[in-house]
Amino acid sequence: MPYGINETMGQYSELFMLLAAGTYTVAFIAFAWDLAKSSKALRAIDLKAAQAEEPARVPVGARAGDRSESQLAGPAGRAERPSSSAAQAAGNGAGGVVTADADMRYAGERRAPARVAVALTVLGALIHGAGVLTRALGAGRVPWGNMYEFLTTGAFVAVAVFLLVLIRRDLRFLGTFVVGLVIIMLVAASVAYWTPVGHLVPALQSYWLIIHVSIAVLSSALFTLTFAMSALQLVQARRSKAVAAGGADKLGFMRLVPSALSLENLSYRINAIAFIGWTFTLMFGAIWAEKAWGRFWGWDTKEVWTFVIWVVYAGYLHARATRGWTGTRAAWLSIVGYLCVIFNFTIVNQFFNGLHSYSGL
Amino acid sequence: MSERVNLDKNFSDPVGGAKVSEAKAEAALPALGPMGMLRWAWTQLTSMRTALFLLLLLAVAAVPGSLFPQRPANPSVVTQYIKDNPDYGKLLDTLQLYDVYSSAWFSAIYLLLFISLIGCVVPRAIAHYKAMRSQPPRTPKRLSRLPEYGTLVIPSDAGIPASDAISSAAGVLKERGYRVEVRDSGGERPSLGAERGFAKEVGNLVFHTSLIGVLVSVAIGGLFGYSGQRILVEGDTFVNTLVGYDQFTPGTNFQSGQLQPYSVQLDKFDITFDRESEGKVGQPIDFSAAVTTKENPDAPAQKEILKVNDPVTLGGTSIYLTGNGYAPVVTIRDGEGNIAMQGPVVAKLQGDNYYSSVVIKVPDAKPEQLGFAGFFLPTAFVSNEGISFSGDPELFNPQLTLNSYYGDLGLDDGSPQNVFELDVQDLTPLNARNLDAGGITLAPGSSYTLPDGKGTISFDGVKRYIGVDIHHNPGQLYALIFALLAVAGLILSLYVNRRRVWVRTGTHADGRTMVEYGLLARGEDHRLAAEAAAVRKLLSEEWKLDPEPGPDGPSQQTPSSARDNNAGPAATAGAATTPAGPTGPEKDQ
Ligand code: HEM
Repeated sequence: MPYGINETMGQYSELFMLLAAGTYTVAFIAFAWDLAKSSKALRAIDLKAAQAEEPARVPVGARAGDRSESQLAGPAGRAERPSSSAAQAAGNGAGGVVTADADMRYAGERRAPARVAVALTVLGALIHGAGVLTRALGAGRVPWGNMYEFLTTGAFVAVAVFLLVLIRRDLRFLGTFVVGLVIIMLVAASVAYWTPVGHLVPALQSYWLIIHVSIAVLSSALFTLTFAMSALQLVQARRSKAVAAGGADKLGFMRLVPSALSLENLSYRINAIAFIGWTFTLMFGAIWAEKAWGRFWGWDTKEVWTFVIWVVYAGYLHARATRGWTGTRAAWLSIVGYLCVIFNFTIVNQFFNGLHSYSGL
Repeated sequence: MSERVNLDKNFSDPVGGAKVSEAKAEAALPALGPMGMLRWAWTQLTSMRTALFLLLLLAVAAVPGSLFPQRPANPSVVTQYIKDNPDYGKLLDTLQLYDVYSSAWFSAIYLLLFISLIGCVVPRAIAHYKAMRSQPPRTPKRLSRLPEYGTLVIPSDAGIPASDAISSAAGVLKERGYRVEVRDSGGERPSLGAERGFAKEVGNLVFHTSLIGVLVSVAIGGLFGYSGQRILVEGDTFVNTLVGYDQFTPGTNFQSGQLQPYSVQLDKFDITFDRESEGKVGQPIDFSAAVTTKENPDAPAQKEILKVNDPVTLGGTSIYLTGNGYAPVVTIRDGEGNIAMQGPVVAKLQGDNYYSSVVIKVPDAKPEQLGFAGFFLPTAFVSNEGISFSGDPELFNPQLTLNSYYGDLGLDDGSPQNVFELDVQDLTPLNARNLDAGGITLAPGSSYTLPDGKGTISFDGVKRYIGVDIHHNPGQLYALIFALLAVAGLILSLYVNRRRVWVRTGTHADGRTMVEYGLLARGEDHRLAAEAAAVRKLLSEEWKLDPEPGPDGPSQQTPSSARDNNAGPAATAGAATTPAGPTGPEKDQ
């Protein structure tokens, strides 16, 4: 018998969620301000440099071209893959296109707005964490038993993962994206999916709920990061190509963002972790399905989409080892995979009938 | 470095040999005769690009199964869907869109994928086996071309000649887990080649092979497994024989001798309903079925609790609690005053709060067969508009409302009928709201006399019933084992790094011993630079050198360190940083 519901805790939780969303909104503004400000500062520096040596731009395209040719000449060329597009080769290190530090370490210069933004995000995450915790206490169980809880807890995990990665890598350029998404999730949770604290339906009363769903949420949070990075990778690749071809740099704020190749590499590494997580999600889901329904796989709609996501990301990992599929195409696969994750979470949970329909609306 | 390029096209060669060989394979199309064509087709099928294509195709092909109702899950919904969509329902059926996962096209995709997989794994396994037994590749002429490169200088007063230096370097690398071969140790330029991380490829092979294992296990389950359903009213006993099932789905190779005649009796079924959370009051929060089981007819009885998520296992099968409801108990006497039917009637859930439909067929009634159809409500309410509904899932005000019919139920010719539906076409109505006699409304303990002396019906009480699914899947355990193996392989394959190190030493004219080393990774390896730094540190310690020589010291910089950083501070050139770029060579193909 599950134990009692504590409504007061539930109300505290909602208050915390609201406060967290507010804090995130201010953090979002700070992140956006940082992007705008830094890109302006960078442009000013550029302008000076350009006045100093005017003709520097011209040979860039040519250089990018023979860089990939010179692949075999020595280690200097190895940063580029022979198969990556010229855009990437150009995006990296070639004089005309300025991008942020490639290994995404923290650089020396201080970015006050970014610091404020991160501090606010940490504050928001603390409040948000309190919200998740009080929800759990109020319901007397893990806080992921219905759509409202998936969203609020999932958003918290996304922020937490982002902040954890921030300790080691300077991914602050992703701030607007991640925090923006988290705000959307919180708003959607409170507006569209609000559910009071309650007991779990019997189908969800299993320790597999804890294992299966927590890993699914964690992997999804990682996929969220790689989605953002892959999207930026595409933009950056285009921008580099345009600049290498002698065009104007229209997307100045992208200077804060590392080169397409570095984005691709880091998102590959995160995707690899997330893929293992998703493999576990799939397996534990199957084990649970066996316990609950007597068959470990039955092509239920939710199972179908979990499988589709798994296969798409397996395809992504393959693509990274397939000639002609690295770079831009792999990024597209990563994006498609994430769209499937979103689809699985929203449309499939709500509109498709299946055994998983109890997700609680 | 190209020792296995020809054997193993899926591994790349860092210097590009694999690409050449693949390009050749692709260009090999013309004029090779039937064998050549076959070989060409095989090469295509087992290429990485085909694997990728098939994988993506598989993902796409799985989607329609979630868009259209599927027969294996829900045959009646499919029939209804075809009826509701006369224009394209049939067409979809022809395209096997209601049986996606057993369709010809879906099967074709995954079979091709797995053939490709086998064609991929086998040569790779052979090649890897050979690689594991062969010596590390020969030392490249120019180590400075490797992605990680550095030099060390042992001062002349240390008294370590080139040959000693190479053997102590070999010791250091062996300790670090490398397999090492020293070459030309007595010569002027002794060198060594070292390699580690074979587990990466082993992991990859285990992963892919285990996927085949999972597929085979699933197939075994389909061949030798079976499943069935049964409804048990409190007091009922199920015996595991073919006749004991309400519905039975055998696997293709099922034999009825497989069934062990165990029995399960439902003693009591309890539900706890939510009485506290707002908006969810009345939602069930606990189902618990007390059962008595016997392994065999003669075995001792055992008391067990069957719950959702907590099946009972018996005789190689698992029994799952999948449904429940109310079964009103009725007694029906026919026109001649004899009891024509007595017992619980399983009411089928229709709406909220256990609003359920009831169908009673009384073929034994004389002189005329009787039929009843209506609803059972655990807590009956009537709205202002006169519509009855159930206000609560528990039995606060149970009510049975029925229409009655007489005539030929059509059961005598033996053709199967749905017990939950009464076909009233050939029957004559006795009771209905629109007739003079009106409908029948019964509370527990009450009875009603049918018009025209056709008999009586009494509502004696209410019991609960449960629906159980019984499954036997002999492939399941193997599927789990292979899945676990697959994950283990996957983790190895993604997190072990395959690396090679070469060291070459030589004695300078002034007596110093010069050491140069280079590292190369196979595949993605963002930590090669860190490994280079670690190796450098170990070697320096071995020879008691300062690992970080001053700015005018001999070259120690990773020549590639400048490549990624144009914006970052120059300090990143230090050996401890890890450029994010793939320091390793490209895996290709
Ligand atoms: C059932 C379909 C398949 C699935 C789900 C699958 C999945 C994966 C995954 C997740 C990886 C990345 C992890 C690792 O490196 O071990 C991988 C790598 C790899 N797969 Fe597959 N694979 C499939 C079929 C194939 C086939 C048919 C081939 C051969 C043509 C193949 C060749 C490879 C190779 C060469 C790698 C290593 C790539 C690298 O070094 O990063 N796979 N596969």
